Amino acid sequence: MQELKKSVLVSLWFMFLTFPIMVVRVVEKSVVLRWENLAWIGIGSFVLSFVWRWALRRKEMGRAASREGAKNPGLMAQLAGANPALVRAGSALLLVAFAVIPWLVTTYQTNILISFMLYVILGLGLNVIVGIAGLLFLGHAAFYAIGAYSYALLNQYFGLGFWVALPVGGIVASLAGVALAFPVLRLRGDYLAIVTLGFGEIVRLVLENWSSLTGGPSGVSNIPRPGLMNMELSVAGANIYIYYIVFVLAVITILAVSRLKDSRIGRALQALREDEIACEAMGIDRVGVKLMAFGLGTAWAGFAGVVFAAKTTFINPASFTFFESAIILSIVVLGGMGSNLGVIMGSAFLVLLPEYMRAFSEYRMILFAAAMVLMMVFRPEGLIPATGRRYEVNDPELAASGEGR
Amino acid sequence: MDWQYFSELFLGGLTRGSIYALIAIGYTMVYGIIELINFAHGEVYMLGAFVGLIVAGVLGIMGFPAPAILVLAAVVAIIYCAGYGYTMEKIAYKPLRGAGRLSPLISAIGMSLFLQNYIILAQTSDFMPFPRLIPDFAFLEPVAHVFGSSDFVIVATSALFMAALTVFIKYTKMGKAMRATAQNRKMAMLLGVDADRVISITFILGSSLAALGGVLIASHVGMVNFAIGFVAGIKAFTAAVLGGIGSIPGAMLGGLFLGLSESFATGYISSDYEDVFAFTLLVVFLIFRPSGIMGKAKVEKV
Repeated sequence: MQELKKSVLVSLWFMFLTFPIMVVRVVEKSVVLRWENLAWIGIGSFVLSFVWRWALRRKEMGRAASREGAKNPGLMAQLAGANPALVRAGSALLLVAFAVIPWLVTTYQTNILISFMLYVILGLGLNVIVGIAGLLFLGHAAFYAIGAYSYALLNQYFGLGFWVALPVGGIVASLAGVALAFPVLRLRGDYLAIVTLGFGEIVRLVLENWSSLTGGPSGVSNIPRPGLMNMELSVAGANIYIYYIVFVLAVITILAVSRLKDSRIGRALQALREDEIACEAMGIDRVGVKLMAFGLGTAWAGFAGVVFAAKTTFINPASFTFFESAIILSIVVLGGMGSNLGVIMGSAFLVLLPEYMRAFSEYRMILFAAAMVLMMVFRPEGLIPATGRRYEVNDPELAASGEGR
Repeated sequence: MDWQYFSELFLGGLTRGSIYALIAIGYTMVYGIIELINFAHGEVYMLGAFVGLIVAGVLGIMGFPAPAILVLAAVVAIIYCAGYGYTMEKIAYKPLRGAGRLSPLISAIGMSLFLQNYIILAQTSDFMPFPRLIPDFAFLEPVAHVFGSSDFVIVATSALFMAALTVFIKYTKMGKAMRATAQNRKMAMLLGVDADRVISITFILGSSLAALGGVLIASHVGMVNFAIGFVAGIKAFTAAVLGGIGSIPGAMLGGLFLGLSESFATGYISSDYEDVFAFTLLVVFLIFRPSGIMGKAKVEKV
């Protein structure tokens, strides 16, 4: 009864709150009242308030349980820790599947897969900074833009080809990342987030206003697609070619980033995320390692930018707004910060789902925004939580005493 | 030196700065109490403008006189935005208290995107014309070309509300509780301050001021759009940082400082880089003097 009363109150409150925005609409000197929206809000918030409280209670219970030490790994953690041979076989199968897909589907669908893989690259790059190093970084789109514009402008002014521009774009973005990181390293988490956001906006605004160099808001067009040994490719052929380039790049990114995580730098970064002062006491070069994180993370954004420019053949500053950074961030957050598999799933979720569910695409951003909030409230570790490498203790005595885990 | 041009820029900066100050207060109060950058605060300002627009539209059809519409639109916008601020805190921030610093910030970004898309879906993604509601005052006639009546109303209303807020914080029991919570939440709770209530009130007050700012600026500029909250929010945040985040007089000063310097920079240097200027100021301040003009440098304890 108490619960029912609470939900009725919540529902009434939301009906009141959303009334002017959801119901009233002024169109050309007449007022349109959309009462049906009010009913939806009422019913929706009534139901959701039950779910909300149930979920909160469950979370509390989960917390209490984990405090008692009863820890059962989730399904995904089990999957990740499954038989390595099986994992290898599964990955090989996926690789083959992705390798043959462009020959089976239309150009349109190849395009979607290209953008999916671009987001995987972007997400993994950001994951190095946000997930592994724990630095909240809101300017990723700026480095994506730097990569894209490096190719576009170098091509326009110096006639550089795609294959030269690819490493150049990555290096330029990486250098810009380090240059940004240098002064901001002293800042704490949330200030850092705002500075990187500010930097991202500055880059976009400069691109927009420096018309003599960048073409201003109308951008750069007629960027050539990569050529294959001087052959003229048809549009569909060029598309498949780009697909393979992105595919190889994505695989390299996945390998590199997952190797990075368990490397010396990766461990140093994870340790820094947990406790900076302790790390410095242990002799970790805080500045150097953090600069490395920024450089490595933004380099991938640069590569992705070059490929993006080659794919669309036209770029303008409107593609690199804060919105873009927020989408890449939500890929990382939804997938699970620090978890590479999570980032791949996250980008699949954000790119593929709305493409294949057109009816749903209108609500895509609002649902992702809501998911970001809900994720933080109920499952801050993401869809697929990051798992550290575990070491088993084989000494039965030690294991029995509970020392080794 | 062209004094006419100078005073034009100065007064324009004053108007701008008052609005930044109004929004910056919300940032600074929330940050002072729960150390969270409420990213969705700019969206509350945008919501305020939209609620004001809807109320003004409905009342305009019913044939109310313009000044009455302005007052009613502002009052309704304040009430609703206070409600939104309160609800937002309960949904997106309260369950995350004590969950580190990154989670609430990401949740706030999510909230900000949510509110923008809420407006797009429920209303429109187009620019909407906002009616001119501020009447021309006769006594401002001689200076109307540099300081119109809407500038006057904005500066006067902001000054009034900021003074009221200062009195509230300084002399009421709730204000005292707020200052105590900002200083040390645990200690304040031990002494019987209801911290949850203080936080709610903080959100309500901050959102109300943002709503007021939204309605005023919308009727000054004459245009409303779902995206206005983002830039305004970032600039107000800049103002809060300039003044020293956490300090209310600092936010007012920072707002004026930012408004004036932006106005002079666009007037004397280049109007293309207006936003770049604010962002650069933000970055430079955060790097070299993160404690702001009024703030004290914090020593981090090990």
